Amino acid sequence: MAGTVTVDARISDWVVQRVVRRAMGPLVPLTATIAALLVGAAMVWAFGGDPVEGYRAMFTGAFGGISEFADTTVKATPLLLVGVGICIAFRASVINIGGEGQIIAGALLSTVVVLALPGLDRWMLLPLALIAGAVGGACMGFIPGVLKAYANVNEILSTIMLNIVAGYIMQYLLLGPMIDEAAVEAGNHIAQTKRLSPNADLPILLGGTQMNLGIVVGVAVAIAVFLLLWRTSLGYEIRAVGGSKDASRYAGMKVERRIVQALTLSGMMSGLGGAVLVFSSVAHRLSVESGPAGFTQLAGFNGIVAALFGGLHPLWTVPAAILFGGLLVGANALQRAVQVATPLVVALSGLVVVFVVSSDRAVRWARHLGERLDIGAASDSDRTGSAETGSAGTGSAGTGPAEAPGAPAGDGAEP
Amino acid sequence: MIPGLDSLDLATVEVFAQARSGWSGFFTLATLVATVAAAIRLATPYLIAAVGESVGQRSGVLNLGVDGVMLLGAFGAYYTTVRTGQPWYGLLVGLGVGMVMGLLYAFITVTLHAEQGISGIGIYLFGLGFSDLLFRQLVGAPRPILGFDGVFDFTLPEGRLDINYPDLYNHSLIIYLAFLLVPAVTLLVNRTTFGLNIRAVGETPQAADSLGVSVARTRYGTIIIGNTLAGAAGAVLALEKGIFIQNMTNGMGFIAVALVYFGAWRPLGVLAGSLLFSLVTAAVLQWKTLGILSGAAAQLTEMAPAAVTIIALVVVTHRIGAPAALTRPFRRGVEH
Repeated sequence: MAGTVTVDARISDWVVQRVVRRAMGPLVPLTATIAALLVGAAMVWAFGGDPVEGYRAMFTGAFGGISEFADTTVKATPLLLVGVGICIAFRASVINIGGEGQIIAGALLSTVVVLALPGLDRWMLLPLALIAGAVGGACMGFIPGVLKAYANVNEILSTIMLNIVAGYIMQYLLLGPMIDEAAVEAGNHIAQTKRLSPNADLPILLGGTQMNLGIVVGVAVAIAVFLLLWRTSLGYEIRAVGGSKDASRYAGMKVERRIVQALTLSGMMSGLGGAVLVFSSVAHRLSVESGPAGFTQLAGFNGIVAALFGGLHPLWTVPAAILFGGLLVGANALQRAVQVATPLVVALSGLVVVFVVSSDRAVRWARHLGERLDIGAASDSDRTGSAETGSAGTGSAGTGPAEAPGAPAGDGAEP
Repeated sequence: MIPGLDSLDLATVEVFAQARSGWSGFFTLATLVATVAAAIRLATPYLIAAVGESVGQRSGVLNLGVDGVMLLGAFGAYYTTVRTGQPWYGLLVGLGVGMVMGLLYAFITVTLHAEQGISGIGIYLFGLGFSDLLFRQLVGAPRPILGFDGVFDFTLPEGRLDINYPDLYNHSLIIYLAFLLVPAVTLLVNRTTFGLNIRAVGETPQAADSLGVSVARTRYGTIIIGNTLAGAAGAVLALEKGIFIQNMTNGMGFIAVALVYFGAWRPLGVLAGSLLFSLVTAAVLQWKTLGILSGAAAQLTEMAPAAVTIIALVVVTHRIGAPAALTRPFRRGVEH
């Protein structure tokens, strides 16, 4: 009798938790971003600017007109592609920090293809170049994937090291074999290719603006990845492996293979982003003149920000990437309006990451704090166990031993 | 001045003036000594940051924000020195900046149990952007500072050593202090109660907790130590170079994290890794100046340390293994 009551209570509690979690889904990253923007406002104010005026200029600069919005989509495209890839990796509990290297690999391979086949028709060359970008990124994701799955190498470190390796390979290739020969003869020793075949340019969608096909590719990829993750068995297994490796293995899944696939797919999206960066660039060439980070514009890291802001959901990553693209574009307007330099946005995106990853736990922490108060008030009736852990939990924010990871944290909610 | 070289590599440039070019120029005692001397200087920021990071990792906390904290420390030290003209104050401010960042990171990862890999990237982006922002708002145009150059030079009295190459041991005092960190941290980790707690918390926090060791307090301690040293590493970098520029670490903090794996979580191993890493870097610089390597090929050689690190990661994780609780937030009663 008492048993059924507890089970009922647990089920209803679980339902409430689910509803709450659904509502919290978009709320947490939104709150985190607002918090980061408030910190940003404080910074602007501290540097003697008017935060309201600054943010208004920023918003107008990013979304105030068609041309501004077009620029925002251009900036958002690599963030979106990297972010969608990050969704796959993070859903598999694989922390892919290698976006930068994968972008570079994709950019390099697609550029090689275009340099090798300059005479090809547009309808052949552009898809081929984009595929080459995806393949390049996939290879760059495959390496840390194999190292993690079969040699137990921490993917965070291997992807970071591969970022560095890719940066130097890029500088070597663009200073050496792939350099613009004509410019060298003219005495310009710049680390960049010649103007790539116009047949590989991403078509402009809106005349008079910079908006190009890249954003369409990005949105299509986001939809495809959503279908992959939630409508195919591969996606299901990738998410299952991310949930629990042991349970997935027990269920007969090939855990190692899924890890490799997750990182490879993740790299593929970043590589595509790299190709888009090259073929939508204003100069229509691959250039590393301002260093590897100058070429990627840190999209490998900012894509993580977009994905986290999108709740690691490929479709939510679309508006998230556009918002962050807008922040990057609007930063220039902010600088003009209140004389606070553009790196403010880089600092703020860092804060967004910090707030998002800690807010999930902060919510639980706040709830746990509430629970402890509840338990303290509702005398120790029949749940002495949880009351004990409640008091023992002082000092660290530990939860009761009855709570399994991932299960609804509803120990103290019943009586 | 040759492009790509800065004051850190002055020794290299001096040799360039006298040396023959090509391999015969490299294999002269003077050039080799200059290369080693440059390597010792180059190793210092890596060493300080990586030794600090090793303390944190021994307690089970991975801090990927080292690069960002280094940048903040570098700016703090640079700006203080610009304003006061006292590099020591700069170093102190660098330490302080690191300490504050450590407190923040500890709160995020220990108290809020945030995923360490990702929050570290957040700290990195914050440091990268904020240091650049502060520089542009407060300084604007690059303004060189005197730094430690010639201020704290440690010079052996004449005739005490039978070495004719003073470059080898005439470094600023701060470099000697950095190398002293190695035995200091070894002693801390292996010979003190706090060190025992660090290792226990890094291997089996549950067991440590059941014996009354506060996992949270221990990790707060190690994270603050690690970040303070990261701030110091940035400060030393800025004071040695006598300048601050945007993203001046250029990924050094990430290399420092990898060096901890490379050195198998032992300060002595970290020292060996830092020296090897910077020896390769110094040699490549030397080859570039001697014309052995073309500009393009030098880029390819410069990636060697990162590539070697990946191989080392395979070997080290296979044979030695990280602290068991690394990257795992501790919550009482929850097995990870």
